Amino acid sequence: MNALMLGISGFTMAFGLFWLAWILLTLVYEGFSALGPALFTQMTPPPGSSGGLLNAIVGSLLMATMATLIGTPIGILAGTYLAEFGRRGWLSPATRFINDILLSAPSIVIGLFIYSAYVAQVRHFSGWAGAFALSLIVIPVVVRTTDDMLKLVPDSLREAAVALGAPAWKMIVFISYRAARAGIVTGILLAVARISGETAPLLFTALNNQFWSLNLNQPTANLPVVIFQFAMSPYPDWHRLAWGGAILITLGVLGLNILARAMFRR
Amino acid sequence: MRGFRPLFFSKAMPPTDAVAIERRFEPRAQADYNEAPNLPTRQPWMDAFFKNLTRFFAFFVFSILAAILISLLFHSQLTLSKFRFDFLSNAEWNPVTEEFGALVPIYGTLVSSAIAMIIGIPVSFGIALFLTELSPTWLKRPLGTAIEMLAAIPSIIYGMWGLFVFAPLFAEYVQPALIKTLGAVPIVSPLFKGPAMGIGMLTAGIILAIMVIPFITAVMRDVFDLVPPLLKESAYALGSTTWEVVWRVVLPYTKIGVVGGVMLGLGRALGETMAVTFVIGNSHRLSASLLAPGNSIASSLANEFTEAVGDLHSSALIELGLILFLITTIVLALSKLLLLQLAKREGKKT
Repeated sequence: MNALMLGISGFTMAFGLFWLAWILLTLVYEGFSALGPALFTQMTPPPGSSGGLLNAIVGSLLMATMATLIGTPIGILAGTYLAEFGRRGWLSPATRFINDILLSAPSIVIGLFIYSAYVAQVRHFSGWAGAFALSLIVIPVVVRTTDDMLKLVPDSLREAAVALGAPAWKMIVFISYRAARAGIVTGILLAVARISGETAPLLFTALNNQFWSLNLNQPTANLPVVIFQFAMSPYPDWHRLAWGGAILITLGVLGLNILARAMFRR
Repeated sequence: MRGFRPLFFSKAMPPTDAVAIERRFEPRAQADYNEAPNLPTRQPWMDAFFKNLTRFFAFFVFSILAAILISLLFHSQLTLSKFRFDFLSNAEWNPVTEEFGALVPIYGTLVSSAIAMIIGIPVSFGIALFLTELSPTWLKRPLGTAIEMLAAIPSIIYGMWGLFVFAPLFAEYVQPALIKTLGAVPIVSPLFKGPAMGIGMLTAGIILAIMVIPFITAVMRDVFDLVPPLLKESAYALGSTTWEVVWRVVLPYTKIGVVGGVMLGLGRALGETMAVTFVIGNSHRLSASLLAPGNSIASSLANEFTEAVGDLHSSALIELGLILFLITTIVLALSKLLLLQLAKREGKKT
């Protein structure tokens, strides 16, 4: 019995690794042939002609940057309240609870929310809407890590700062943040990794754009939606580009994850 | 006897010196720093500003959930008032005749997630067991990271891989075998009927299973680590095998947390969009067979929302989103409550 069950346990481990290996190998096999300078220098093509993903890559980078710039300060400040000020009262536990639900909330519903709250009001799809939707995904991740990391900072450090006459805000900014910095940065990196692959919230916010555009007030091309559109199409050229985009995204996301881990360990 | 108290418990007794000193130096909670009169806080304005700033954003995060609910409710008014509860039981979805019912997508969401859970729970348990009890220490970190990487792969990649690589192989080798074997067993035969197309509920369920494994495994690993070593060692000392220790000691001890982890995985599976959209087949027909294409709430939204014709169609889709949000919120809230309960019990013990 023991040997059988432990054998099954080892088998499930292999089962899990098997899928990871299969997916990554497929990506490498299909994706590397699509990689090339054209991918980074040309615009998304109409079916049947050659092209690249430049506008989609730039659009994705722009939106991810904006989302991070919007989401990070909100997340850090909210996390600070949870860990530093809100040790009593109802707001802190309630927010923590809701934040954990938001952390796993279906991202498509977040897209739907931004659509009804923003896109439907201004009456056009836009890169800003996409960035807002992504920032709503960044916030819970950053709140959670900031809160967790600040809670790890020993109270004796805080007491020492206050005993030296530091006002509470200085104590937090110069002592707590500094002590928890590695963890908070890890959280931000993880959040960026998470949003770089998100497709669902962009479908009805940023939509897509076939042309070069740096204006976030217009529909904005982005890698995930382009991959979705191209992969679902019947054209082999588009499939190839989709695989190229897929390997780019995966490499980026896995790279960020590994970087975050390495930072945290150090 | 009323009011009797042994003398040494009485409040009247002055505290001994040691107690008095300890009381004076008891660490203050953070909130007290501002109010404490004798602490040299020299920038009360700045402090108040900073505190209220953080409080504002905490409240902002707190209100997001309600904002989503209200906004979705508001934008689905049209169908909410037109179809009422019929929306939930109607299997018709016809944008042309403006007849909308959510039964097919709700059914698809629940069935595909159920398949994911049936496969995902035992596998996650096996992996968590392997990582906490069996794996040599030097292998723990790389293997653990590899499983976590499964969660890092974007869902659209799962979808593409599922559509282009997995589904064709599945249709060629696995589905015909399923139809031949399980399709002939009396009770389950309706579940495995029809042509082997590769895409469908079962495929979606399997891919969802792979996607939720890392989430469930992570929670299981965390809660397994909470078991006091003393308990496990006692069981080993009594001659238990590793499996007996896990099954009779670790699992009963962490029951609540394991269920919490499963619920977390379920919440993820219910709301997963892109991977399912690629492989579920997107057909608004109710079919008993798991091999037939179906639809889930999230995939209907992904496919139809930008092309919705007319206000009623969009409103129906937003109501679908509202239903999905309610279901996942309840599942995730339950998961969180269970995990909190375990944490509380731990806190009391130590």
